[in-house]
Amino acid sequence: METIATLLGVDPFDLWFFVEVLVGGLMAGVMYSLVALGFVLIFKASSVFNFAQGVMVLFAALNFVGFLDMGIPVWLCFILAMGVMVLLSFVIERVVLRPLVNQPHISLFMATIGIAIFLEGFGEMLWGSSIKPLDVGIPDDVFFLGEAMIQQNDMFAAVVASVLVIALALFFHYTRIGRALRAVADDHQAALSIGIPLNHIWIIVWSVAGFVALVAGIMWGSKLGVQFSLTVLALKALPVLILGGFTSIPGAIVGGLIIGAGEKLSEIYLVDAIQSFYPSFSGAIEEWFAYILALAFLVFRPQGLFGEKIIERV
Amino acid sequence: MSAVALDQIAETAPKDALLRVNNVEVIYDHVILVLKGVSLSVPEGGIVALLGANGAGKSTTLKSISNLLRAERGEVTKGSIELLGEKVHHLTANDLVKRGCVQVMEGRHCFEHLTIEENLLTGAYTRGGGSEVKADLEKIYEYFPRLKERRKSQAGYTSGGEQQMCAIGRAMMAKPKLILLDEPSMGLAPQLVEQIFQIVKQLNENEGVTFLLAEQNTNVALRYADYGYILESGRVVMDGEADALLSNEDVKEFYLGLSKEGRKNFREVKHYKRRKRWL
Repeated sequence: METIATLLGVDPFDLWFFVEVLVGGLMAGVMYSLVALGFVLIFKASSVFNFAQGVMVLFAALNFVGFLDMGIPVWLCFILAMGVMVLLSFVIERVVLRPLVNQPHISLFMATIGIAIFLEGFGEMLWGSSIKPLDVGIPDDVFFLGEAMIQQNDMFAAVVASVLVIALALFFHYTRIGRALRAVADDHQAALSIGIPLNHIWIIVWSVAGFVALVAGIMWGSKLGVQFSLTVLALKALPVLILGGFTSIPGAIVGGLIIGAGEKLSEIYLVDAIQSFYPSFSGAIEEWFAYILALAFLVFRPQGLFGEKIIERV
Repeated sequence: MSAVALDQIAETAPKDALLRVNNVEVIYDHVILVLKGVSLSVPEGGIVALLGANGAGKSTTLKSISNLLRAERGEVTKGSIELLGEKVHHLTANDLVKRGCVQVMEGRHCFEHLTIEENLLTGAYTRGGGSEVKADLEKIYEYFPRLKERRKSQAGYTSGGEQQMCAIGRAMMAKPKLILLDEPSMGLAPQLVEQIFQIVKQLNENEGVTFLLAEQNTNVALRYADYGYILESGRVVMDGEADALLSNEDVKEFYLGLSKEGRKNFREVKHYKRRKRWL
């Protein structure tokens, strides 16, 4: 009977060990949230599930690391990569979204699958398919909180994510454009009727999603290297979205935190508990915990923790 | 032609029309012919009512003016629409709002998850920001004190009357010359309907906003409007001064349920058997 805790030679019920696992999980969760945020933005403004969000993370990171390898300073790389994402939004609006106005949502969803496949190929064509290490000077040390060991780069990711979320929340609530974005999310037709131009709104929202993808890409790229398996992150963002609600920015964050912490804690403690009466259980809960949790949510609370209730008149 | 008749024509033909709709035909989805040549004109500073039963084409007429048709796969295939002498049927809704023509849609269409105040502020989207918008917001609150009380509530949780006020206030925030008001009485208690129409009249008189409103509630609409058009299956079948229409025997019988014998029992009304055809 070997659990991770016994392998590490620690007492699983030691308080500091618990804190270490919890914090590690929360930090991993923040990284999921970064990816999930991009989905929420586009879903809010156009009710479209953007299948390409995961690939956008990869594409943004590829551009960033590509520019960096040319010897361009970091801040300029960031601006250039952002420029590419804005350009991409213009192209997507013109080529994909505009011709599909008033088509069923499923058509738009299929179109985003097309975008995903295209971007993946295009990124590979531009920058090749090898794994590229990314170092933008994010501190990579550990420090101790009491007796719990915490990774500095995890901490950094948490700070970045918090700043991003606060900035987005302020943008959505207190600016004219932000209000218009929420208005469009609520009622396309009414937004049109008071003169909000939908195509501008789409460009803005895809650009903001591109920005979030770039930040997520840089964070994940520094952690794992920029590689094509980053697109799989989109799959981990899905349970986060189901938990937090597809339309809620705080939901994406809280969903990420719950899933991140839940994965790690269940790996330590739930495995222990199950093994006590079923000794041949071998763990690896971490791999599927998120999806089971999401499944439970779909059954009992389909709008997620913070999703907007669908107000429907019958 | 006698001098009297000429005078009458001069009076009914609007002198300075803000909006002119000429023989407009609208087709939905390339096959469904909804408007079969509607013409009307709205004088500057007037309140014009567009009357008719369900499916007569009132909403479609308004949407063809504000160009929200395209979003519903409809299109103007014939005729022309002029706002202040400029042909506007190729413009987008955004351009039209900038030129001073805003529609308040049927069923209110407030932004449910935005607060009342945010709804109103969103109405000023095309004007940018600035202190002028703030001042206008206060002005709207003077016309609709109820909205000021509910300013922090999400619009989705306010009552139908409050939502209608919110929708009208939101349109006012765009500083329009012309408001296309679609079915403001829908689903509201008679007292509230009266209140809404009184505010419309005030806005018209004090702010100089012109209104083109589509209504099924013929009685109320004609009491507040100056002029009325009656639509039937996509055509204008009758038009005239509001008072004249109110006292017209056919209008009384078909739209107000009144006839020479007085109010009829609903059971005895010959359902939709017309005494004569207008066209």
